[in-house]
Amino acid sequence: MTEPGTEPIRVFLVDDHALFRSGVRAELDRVAEVTVVGEAGSVDEAVAAVRHLLPDVVLLDVHMPDGGGAEVLRQLRPELPDVVFLALSVSDAAEDVIAVIRAGARGYVTKTISGRDLAEAVRRVKSGDPVFSPRLAGFVLDVFSDRPGAAPPGDPELDLLTRRERDVLRLLARGYAYKEIAGELFISVKTVETHVSSVLRKTQLSNRYELSRWASDRRLV
Amino acid sequence: MSAGHGGWPGAAPEISPDVDGCMSCDHGVVTAVTQARPRPTTPPLARRRDGRLIAGVAGGVADHLGVQVLWVRITFVLLGVTGGAGFIAYLLLWILVRQERADVVRTLPRGERQQALGLAALAGGGGLAAAALGNTAVGWIVGPLGVALVGAAVVWREADEAQRRRWTAGARFGGVSVGRNAVLRVVAGAVFVAVGIAVFLLGNLQMGQLQFALLAVLATLVGVAVITVPWWLKLVRDLGEERRERIVSSERAEIAAHLHDSVLQTLALIQRQSDQPREVLRLARGQERELRHWLYGPTGYGRGAAGEPALDSGLADAITVAAAEVEDTYAIDVRPVVVGDRPLDDGLRALVLASREAMVNAAKHAEVGEVSVYVEVEADDVHVFVRDRGIGFDPADVPTDRHGLADSVHGRMTRHGGTVRLRSSPGEGAEVHLRMPSDGAAPAEDRPNTTQEAPTCPQT
Repeated sequence: MTEPGTEPIRVFLVDDHALFRSGVRAELDRVAEVTVVGEAGSVDEAVAAVRHLLPDVVLLDVHMPDGGGAEVLRQLRPELPDVVFLALSVSDAAEDVIAVIRAGARGYVTKTISGRDLAEAVRRVKSGDPVFSPRLAGFVLDVFSDRPGAAPPGDPELDLLTRRERDVLRLLARGYAYKEIAGELFISVKTVETHVSSVLRKTQLSNRYELSRWASDRRLV
Repeated sequence: MSAGHGGWPGAAPEISPDVDGCMSCDHGVVTAVTQARPRPTTPPLARRRDGRLIAGVAGGVADHLGVQVLWVRITFVLLGVTGGAGFIAYLLLWILVRQERADVVRTLPRGERQQALGLAALAGGGGLAAAALGNTAVGWIVGPLGVALVGAAVVWREADEAQRRRWTAGARFGGVSVGRNAVLRVVAGAVFVAVGIAVFLLGNLQMGQLQFALLAVLATLVGVAVITVPWWLKLVRDLGEERRERIVSSERAEIAAHLHDSVLQTLALIQRQSDQPREVLRLARGQERELRHWLYGPTGYGRGAAGEPALDSGLADAITVAAAEVEDTYAIDVRPVVVGDRPLDDGLRALVLASREAMVNAAKHAEVGEVSVYVEVEADDVHVFVRDRGIGFDPADVPTDRHGLADSVHGRMTRHGGTVRLRSSPGEGAEVHLRMPSDGAAPAEDRPNTTQEAPTCPQT
């Protein structure tokens, strides 16, 4: 997708499982437009190395000792606004997904993603567009729904989705790619991206998430 | 009045599940977790921790009965003034009902606080008036015994505060950390109790020296007992809580052990069948699914999300089970995304079976490794989209071996008032859109058929 001659995207891996890091590294190294510049296995290591290396994209594990991906984001986001974070996790739990998005990640993909799709997701977040897995789209739809039991909207600008955004999210949840969504809704890919960015912003800023639902949900183990 | 009468005798059985709350966790971890959550319907009787005036009793009773606090307070006052029952009921509830969990945040609006204070003053004044009119029981309560009770109230309230501090501090310290003010309050309360009892004895009894000494000792003991009631209760509760935690943690360890065992088995199987990639994939995916379901529940909101009815056999769960069966049978990836949930009725059961058929169809014919399933529950209807990016086909010229889609999907859906829309073209994959209205009425002759098929039955 990138034009020939452009610099490869510099990617940094953060995951506490060395086996998984080497797997992702091997897969991404096969893709020409992406190069892995470093990896870290803990929050402190990651913070120091990202500060030093200034990669384009950081692939961030959600679950790590010492606070996980959200903690890395908390420490690095304010000082490095140009570094893009993409969460990569085995966890499918709403609280994890939403927490890391709200901490500032530009997207969320699950670890079962193929190497090619991962490279594509990296390229997409690098160019500023969010990456929503179908699951994440489903969660966001659920949170913004007006089903009984949902939190009432406070600020309508932030707490409600427009009809178009809802349509786009639905198609994302149905497994459509941006291009397919554009075709389906008769809009340009750029417009789809704008809608998804706006949904991401609302997801990060709306306080419909300060719900007891995620706070009081306790997982076992 | 009647609300109070209904509330007070009714409260007694409510207390028991609370006090022996440690019993219920014998049923397992899940019970303990659900019990800890505030239920939207009838919350268990618990005294309010935040936003209370005296001990949170009235607020707690109001939460439990689902009525306004004001009415509960008025009832207490009326019962208190007309014979003292209100005072005694309040104190007993205070002693016997535990406080709600520390993480519930409430605020007491200014107006309500003033209103409550006014009512409390009214209770005191009314009691005095009743005493003046010659009601001896009330006379004792607003007289010397009242002084003792106020003292006890101060001490008990302090105990509540100390308990709250202990909980917010994460129970790191073994003892109760008590500040200087707290000590002062406790001492003042104790003095009140002592004075109250002494005045009561002096005022009501005429007797010799020996009798008086004996009674004084007895009264002191009673006073001490009254003052230390909260600590005794706390001791009992802490023991119960500790026991509960022990049971929960051992239960957890047991389940974790079972899971680890099953993961190890899967790993062993994978090693033995490493030459069969399809089988390895199936095993790995099956294990992943089991673990994920156990960790995060069918929809990813954790096990039984708060604020939602527990829909163990709801639509989300049924769709997830159907997807799992298809995954297992055809060794492909089917990851359902479910927004919303609803208990299964006949229409939804048909919808689940039709969705399963659509998944099977995609797995069999699309020649892909992944099928997307999206379920959205809306107010009027439920939508299911089953989509693959496979070879696709021309719907106008469906091959004869695609009877599954025509018969079981179409037939099932239309019988229950649902609709099916199929979209596909060669090379473009396919998408089946199933829509079932939420009041999908079930024709009687279809019901036995549906219920027979409903249990897990991969028909391949």
